[in-house]
Amino acid sequence: MSKPQVHVNEDYEKLYGFHMPERSAFKAEPGLDLEKVKQISGMKSEPAWMLQNRVRAFQHFERKPMPTWANTELLNSIKFNNIFYYLKPMGKLGATWDEVPPEIKETFDRLGIPEAERKFLAGVSAQYESESVYHSMHEDLARQGVIFLDMDSALKQQPELVRRYFGTIIPAGDNKFAALNTSVWSGGSFIYVPKGVKVEMPLQAYFRINAKNMGQFERTLIIADEGAQVTYIEGCTAPTYSSDSLHSAVVELIALPHAKIRYVTIQNWSKNVYNLVTKRAVAYEGATVEWLDGNLGSKLTMKYPGVYLMGRGARGEVLSVAFAGDGQHQDAGAKMVHAAPDTSSVITSKSISKGSGRTTYRGLVKVHPGATNSKSTVRCDALMLNPESRSDTYPTMEIDEKRVQIGHEATVSKIGDEQLFYAMSRGLSETEAMNMIVNGFIEPFVKELPLEYAVELNRLVQLEMEGAVG
Amino acid sequence: MTKESSIPLLAVEDLHVSVEGKPILKGLTLTVRAGEVHAIMGPNGSGKSTLSFCLMGHPKYRMTSGRIVYKGEDMLALSPDERARKGIFLAFQYPTAIPGVTITNFLRAALRGVRGQDVPVKEFRQTVKAQLKALGVPDAFMNRYVNDGFSGGEKKRLEILQMAVLAPSLAVLDETDSGLDIDALKTVAAGINSQRSPERGILLITHYQRLLNYIKPDVVHVMVDGRVVRSGGPELALELESKGYEGFRPAVEPVGVEKS
Repeated sequence: MSKPQVHVNEDYEKLYGFHMPERSAFKAEPGLDLEKVKQISGMKSEPAWMLQNRVRAFQHFERKPMPTWANTELLNSIKFNNIFYYLKPMGKLGATWDEVPPEIKETFDRLGIPEAERKFLAGVSAQYESESVYHSMHEDLARQGVIFLDMDSALKQQPELVRRYFGTIIPAGDNKFAALNTSVWSGGSFIYVPKGVKVEMPLQAYFRINAKNMGQFERTLIIADEGAQVTYIEGCTAPTYSSDSLHSAVVELIALPHAKIRYVTIQNWSKNVYNLVTKRAVAYEGATVEWLDGNLGSKLTMKYPGVYLMGRGARGEVLSVAFAGDGQHQDAGAKMVHAAPDTSSVITSKSISKGSGRTTYRGLVKVHPGATNSKSTVRCDALMLNPESRSDTYPTMEIDEKRVQIGHEATVSKIGDEQLFYAMSRGLSETEAMNMIVNGFIEPFVKELPLEYAVELNRLVQLEMEGAVG
Repeated sequence: MTKESSIPLLAVEDLHVSVEGKPILKGLTLTVRAGEVHAIMGPNGSGKSTLSFCLMGHPKYRMTSGRIVYKGEDMLALSPDERARKGIFLAFQYPTAIPGVTITNFLRAALRGVRGQDVPVKEFRQTVKAQLKALGVPDAFMNRYVNDGFSGGEKKRLEILQMAVLAPSLAVLDETDSGLDIDALKTVAAGINSQRSPERGILLITHYQRLLNYIKPDVVHVMVDGRVVRSGGPELALELESKGYEGFRPAVEPVGVEKS
């Protein structure tokens, strides 16, 4: 049984890392200045308030320093002037796949989106570069008043709802990348589920970057009205290029009293993509928000989905898996803010680092005075596959209320020699044994996914594991 | 007892093994033929578990000299999975938990591993079902994660289940009786007895005589300080029971006993 060695996984290339000839109806020059921000807003014929919003956000972006934590070396190597901030791939959004240009349709075909749509989705939004290129939703949902649109269309068709909630959970000045997103946002999803409506099948958005040096800044806002329920799934991939791309999304979720939102992410960017995302939810009385966050790809991910528990009995959960292969850094975590009595939160973080990969758990649990009988459980498990792999845990607890129950547990383990020996003694090769142990490690996450995604995720992890053993 | 075949199933020849530089096995010799059940009895620290790990090829245990020859082939260069594919099985004294992996998935992968090909679901189900029944465990057992949160008895049952499904030629059972109450012991012993066959050799490693009340060995070896100090028939276990290991300790010449 030799010590595992690491090879670069080459299969991403074939399955996701391919690219099509670049296609654009309009492409802004690279780099960012105030004129570019105004140009984007102008191209979209936006109302004045959104333009002002963008302009203010741009000022925040310029003023805000880079984060001085996580991975400053990688952060400071982002070349903002090389990035293309706006690329509109086609003139008009497709309502059927036939309306989508062939090379874009082929891309989504290869990614399996139309097939998934036929099988088990209630609606699909497919974004390519800066804009949605395809959008659909089951008619019965429309009849029940469910709104599922790309964000640009929502701003036109549902201006009041958008204006009422946009930027209320994550203000432009929240952090440098939220500011960047707010100034140049394009695409993303808007969902409104009316009172008491339960959307049984998931709605899915897929974000695809095709062009080189692309910046993708989608903006997502989901509102579940009282007692409503919805599951939203997002996936994302990009071609492998030698130069970097930037993905910086902002996602705001609002769960009104007794609503339930489940937000599932399978992030599988190529290893030249910076993934710097701000995700936050508020949960009002009796509401539940669950973030299921799978991070497999990217060069550097910084993402800490949060839930602000604002009403009595609200519940928040973050269940995340991060896989960092050679040269990747997954700096991910969760934020739970208990601001009302009887609120509860659960954070479960599973991270795997392989080769020179690095995972970081960074989390905050905050309990405000008066949030009596709040409960929070944090569990972080890190698995390191190779001697050079790295994992760090930064759990922060700010508890300003005495009558609470807070639990925290963290484990860091090397892949167990004893586990490997046990499995191998049963006839499994070292590779099979390692795959099995890793798949078992992330099982608590995988079993929460819809079946099709569970299968997909296991397959992705298998791909990432390739070459983990020498 | 079975007829002599020219090549023994297992021949351990003058085996010396060190763990982290410390010699544990100091010239152990042992021969097991197909169809035989051997018991190795010894006090704690005599090297019994080291022997079982060495037979399976644990990377931590370094053979400094001697040979392990299985079906005429030197095992030294073979990894644990290669040995498993050749028909060696080890029932662990302390089986390892693999959280998140169901017994079904684990066992199917194992069976595919040792057979070198996929096993039809139906056949797998049938094989497993019969064994589950014999071991007195419910079908739902298969959906549990391997050894995760198992009681001692459940762990040992799972080891026996795996042995029964994988059908090895040589089964090494390391302290399979430890930590079992009398009912569990009987069930596990019955499971082992059902695996006795003219093609299979079984090596029972045990501290206590009580397992041998239920499984009658052909040969008993007494192991002290990394060597087999005496070998004999089942009566040796009884002698051991009355005398204790102390009786075997004083300056006994190491004997490499061939079973006659």
